[in-house]
Amino acid sequence: MTETVEADTATGTELAAIELRRVVKTFHSHGEAVPAVKGVDLAIGQGEFFSLLGPSGCGKTTTMRMIAGFDEPTEGEVFLHGSDVVGVPPNRRDINMVFQSYALFPHMSVLENVAFGLRRKGVPKDEVARRVGEMLEIVDLTGREKRRPRELSGGQQQRVALARALVNRPRALLLDEPLGALDLKLRQAMQVELKRIQREVGITFVYVTHDQNEALTMSDRIAVMNDGLIEQLGTPREIYERPATKFVAGFIGTSNVLSGTVSRRDAAAAVIEPGPGERIVVPGTASAGDVVEFTVRPEKIDVRTEQPDGEGCALRGTVTEVVYLGTFTNYNVQTSTAAEVVVFVQNVSSADDVAARGDSVWLSWDPRHSYAIGA
Amino acid sequence: MKATIVDLKPAVRRPRVRWGDRLLYLYTWAIIVWLCLPIAVMIAFGFNDTTGRLNLTWQGFTLKWYGQLFSVPDLTTALVNSLTIAVVATLGSAVLGTLIGLALGKYRFRGQGALNIVQFAAISAPETVMGASLLSFFVQLGVGRGYWTILIAHIMFSLSFVAITVRSRVLTLDPSIDEAARDLGAGGWAVFRLVTLPMIFPAVLAGALLAFALSIDDFIITSFNSGSTLTFPLWIWGAQRNGLPPQVNVMGTLIFVGGILLAAGNAVVARRRR
Ligand SMILES: Nc1ncnc2c1ncn2[C@@H]1O[C@H](COP(=O)(O)OP(=O)(O)OP(=O)(O)O)[C@@H](O)[C@H]1O
Ligand SMILES: [Mg+2]
Repeated sequence: MTETVEADTATGTELAAIELRRVVKTFHSHGEAVPAVKGVDLAIGQGEFFSLLGPSGCGKTTTMRMIAGFDEPTEGEVFLHGSDVVGVPPNRRDINMVFQSYALFPHMSVLENVAFGLRRKGVPKDEVARRVGEMLEIVDLTGREKRRPRELSGGQQQRVALARALVNRPRALLLDEPLGALDLKLRQAMQVELKRIQREVGITFVYVTHDQNEALTMSDRIAVMNDGLIEQLGTPREIYERPATKFVAGFIGTSNVLSGTVSRRDAAAAVIEPGPGERIVVPGTASAGDVVEFTVRPEKIDVRTEQPDGEGCALRGTVTEVVYLGTFTNYNVQTSTAAEVVVFVQNVSSADDVAARGDSVWLSWDPRHSYAIGA
Repeated sequence: MKATIVDLKPAVRRPRVRWGDRLLYLYTWAIIVWLCLPIAVMIAFGFNDTTGRLNLTWQGFTLKWYGQLFSVPDLTTALVNSLTIAVVATLGSAVLGTLIGLALGKYRFRGQGALNIVQFAAISAPETVMGASLLSFFVQLGVGRGYWTILIAHIMFSLSFVAITVRSRVLTLDPSIDEAARDLGAGGWAVFRLVTLPMIFPAVLAGALLAFALSIDDFIITSFNSGSTLTFPLWIWGAQRNGLPPQVNVMGTLIFVGGILLAAGNAVVARRRR
């Protein structure tokens, strides 16, 4: 591959490891056009752990396959380290992929699987042996070199797949739901492992998953996809605490999506006053009379029996459900606006529950935690 | 059948299942004997110390026919024809059939459905019809019948068997394995040589063995397209009115033993590869 490194004129910042510009992919099956990706813009930095998160069928795999070169975009451009790679076949792209099914070569030993890429590149024998040995050590498979893939457990196969890709020292590694086939326990162990390996080798990881916890715990940044488009792109904290759309709010964790009519403006915020003593402050530009939708995360809300004072948000309601969940208690509260609000209260001391089913309570939270959302 | 129903009642299970087992055992051996009897007779009469033209009654044991295996010149020529045609037809149909099987299993293309149907049609069409239509085809083209027309006919009818076995194997493979190979830097030929072919090899081998078996004892299609060339089955058919020499039995025995060895070899390879 001829590497023509050019300055990223668009942003003037550091060159992105992977960049997609207005990428569209439309499949044609049975005479029908199936839009899988409808216009994606992305810039993934060098060494970043970047996740593509979204529900099944939203176009994650298709996006990744366009980066790897297995599918060509219908429209738009794909850049790897600044050079346009549209039309460059996968064997000439300086990136490797870990497949959801692992796709290990069944007729080769673990060693042959891992050595495959280096041998293809004509790396000298002794260097192949050394690098494969080192890599097997990193993924903790030393001593299993001679095994066939089918003689390994799911987790071990997964690590062979990872080693087989990483040993080539690609500029970026693409992982398509690599933990999807593992059980919860192994999955969590492998998450930690993957993160450790990524820190050790320091290369860009693009990680596809539909598991929001996995994305939140592992990523530097996340792109939440839905229906072929990126709904929101940001750090796990941004995505979790400030979901930009209703979809993101619903997809990531538990979130309360509420709406109300703005009764007045106060500084840089809109104020909704559903009833006497009740007040919801939503930062934003909505003006009086507008209907705004906003989200509040359940753990940001307080439950009290008496009316809170101060300038915070306050809402009255009746407890409809109390579920004790160990580290926290889940309250469902029917508010005066008819919406049901979920609240998580940390069980800090062995004190009794704050409220019981049927109790009249006040909900309160800091206005910083109400976020107006788009459509 | 009974045994499986009784399986649900643990109390009476043991003796009944044994009965069923014994029955199955007997049945299995009955079938094996039935299948082997003609072959056993063929082998035995290769050791028959016959003096007349007819090798039909047991006269005593001898090994002399093994010593005089090639003393009937026409028969030897026919056997050599059969073997070389079988080998070349096997190789030809293995290569062509593998390519078709791969294409059918891996890609979607125009005419794919038609190709599939034609293949099964070629397998299920009556041999007499195929033989006759091939003959008229060769006559139309003005091609003289002989060794090469037999070869072409054999490749034609055995190719589908290879293609179908290869295709069904390809369909069980994860397509991302080939993609992984490409991703790791292998070009088209390297992917085929290092990854695809080793994975489908058992199917190629099974198809090729089938092709060999079909070719070596094909009679009907061959007889339509042979001209004056004789193969082993054709020679036997022609000679049997005057009585078959015991050399035929000996050659049949050797072909049978060769077949057994090939099948055993195939089983070993298949077990090692899977
Ligand atoms: N080869 C193809 N031909 C036709 N349609 C396709 C093809 N590949 C994908 N699609 C369609 O494109 C859409 C996106 O598919 P994609 O595989 O990218 O989803 P995904 O986000 O990876 O989903 P999952 O989480 O289930 O793997 C789907 O509607 C799918 O049916
Ligand atoms: Mg997918």
